[in-house]
Amino acid sequence: MYDTSDIRKGLKVLMDGNPYNIVEFQFVKPGKGAAFTRTKFKNLLTGAVVERNIRSGEKLEPANVDQREMQFLYKDAGDLVFMDQTNYEQVTVSAELIGESVDLMKDNLPVTVLFFNERPVDVSLPTFVFLEVTASEPGVKGDTSGNVQKPATVETGATVGVPLFIRVGDTIKIDTRTHEYVERVNKTI
Amino acid sequence: MRGRVLAIDGDDVIVRCELSDERIPRRVLDRANPGDLVSVEREIDGTLASPIRIYDGPPYPGPGTEVARLPRARMSALWHRAKALAAVRAYFAGEGFLEVETPLLVPSPGLEIHLDAVRAGDGYLITSPEYQMKRLLAGGFERIYQVCKCFRGNEHGPHHSGEFTMIEWYRAYASLDRIIADTERLVAAVFAALGSTLIDVTPPWPQKTVRDAMREWAGVEVIGDEPASDLIAKVRAAGIEVDDHAAWDDAFFAAFLARVEPKIASLTRPLILRDWPAPLAALARRRDDDPLTALRFEAYLGGIELANAFDELVDPVEQRARFEDDLRIRRARGRAEYPVDDKLIAALAEGLPPSAGIALGFDRLVMVATGARSIDQVLTFTADEL
Repeated sequence: MYDTSDIRKGLKVLMDGNPYNIVEFQFVKPGKGAAFTRTKFKNLLTGAVVERNIRSGEKLEPANVDQREMQFLYKDAGDLVFMDQTNYEQVTVSAELIGESVDLMKDNLPVTVLFFNERPVDVSLPTFVFLEVTASEPGVKGDTSGNVQKPATVETGATVGVPLFIRVGDTIKIDTRTHEYVERVNKTI
Repeated sequence: MRGRVLAIDGDDVIVRCELSDERIPRRVLDRANPGDLVSVEREIDGTLASPIRIYDGPPYPGPGTEVARLPRARMSALWHRAKALAAVRAYFAGEGFLEVETPLLVPSPGLEIHLDAVRAGDGYLITSPEYQMKRLLAGGFERIYQVCKCFRGNEHGPHHSGEFTMIEWYRAYASLDRIIADTERLVAAVFAALGSTLIDVTPPWPQKTVRDAMREWAGVEVIGDEPASDLIAKVRAAGIEVDDHAAWDDAFFAAFLARVEPKIASLTRPLILRDWPAPLAALARRRDDDPLTALRFEAYLGGIELANAFDELVDPVEQRARFEDDLRIRRARGRAEYPVDDKLIAALAEGLPPSAGIALGFDRLVMVATGARSIDQVLTFTADEL
């Protein structure tokens, strides 16, 4: 069983027979009142988000879910196909499960697929992906103050804001959680 | 002279030294790169000697490295803290207060029902310096303040850190209004010291009683001696969810957090929320003319609870009774039981002067004054970074 001090983003818990992923939480404690954790749970099957206040001392039941390392093979219409490299088993997952990060997925990307009752219910991408810039306007000279950015398109089709010095052909590191540019990566030859 | 190479500029190397940045000819410092720690001897005739010494070691930590990233991200926050603290001390010095330091490690931490103390050795770390400061009050110290660390178990959030800095002060013979004036002027002094105009903190601040706030903003009429079931019914009638088995204070806070705090957060001015219902008296005295009301206030700044003040309970018999009540509730709820501080009770019995006192969260004050969204942004190191 988990208690409130175990609450963190990504914790999988079982409530009313459904697996939930904790997506947001905030510790709340009025000066002279009882502490609780205002927690948002996302139903891993329906995607519905519910908010509940978990009081200090209350317990949460861990969800019996299975996580498997898999590799992204290809997109097929609105579906994504992944393969478990240990047994070559393939699974098909709706692109909706992944959300906006889907446009950061390159073939062979290693991911973690979450199964609940043998059904794939969630796909976690690596925190960072490395992608080549395929299109971006050259930066405007002189405008180098602060964090000026310009849009760039990467090989998977995603558009991200990048600093002005980034050019077509550069490989950049992108945070899949925020969809944001992190840094330019030197190519290893 | 010794320093850190900041940059190479043409024929000069710019070195940050103790008092100023020096330009040193490149021929003297020909092997130096930006970031190096260097030392240069000066000859009697004023010329610079060569060779110089460049300290061995790894390259200067760039802003992306762990050792530099953490402190640098906090650099402005630490300057703000230091300036704010200087303003706090100047305020109390001007008011004739004595700064005191009471122990952080004590045998009897606060018994407050909703606080967990952190164990340390044979005792506990303080959750507030209140008990020992009251003993000083009883001993004849009439205006005292303290800036100290307090520790609370299992508290971490955007407005909570398990270890935090408290400013606590007491005035013997004074009323709560005097403490309200202190709070307003202290906060205004800190905002001025930081040049912050994020909130209009000009004294006096608006005030509201808790009953008025609950009636107007939550639609709940709080009396103070109604059974928990009655309060639960009133809270539900206002459309607010609350547990069947909620205790009186839980029902109160369900409505308070759902309606009153969001309303306070929407105000442009700070707020003094005063006259708390008796079940939430904590260590406050009840009004002589209205025993259902405790002489307690909370100061809200930027929607955040900044400070809590009492017209202090000085009656040793009632103090002991409240401690025993707290202990009984702690036991019933399965919380850790701490020993009663008999020396505090003894000090009350020997005569605590009528006093008013307050505890103010220093980190929160800096946070609101600088527009930080989380307490972590104004701490030197957060718990996660240790």
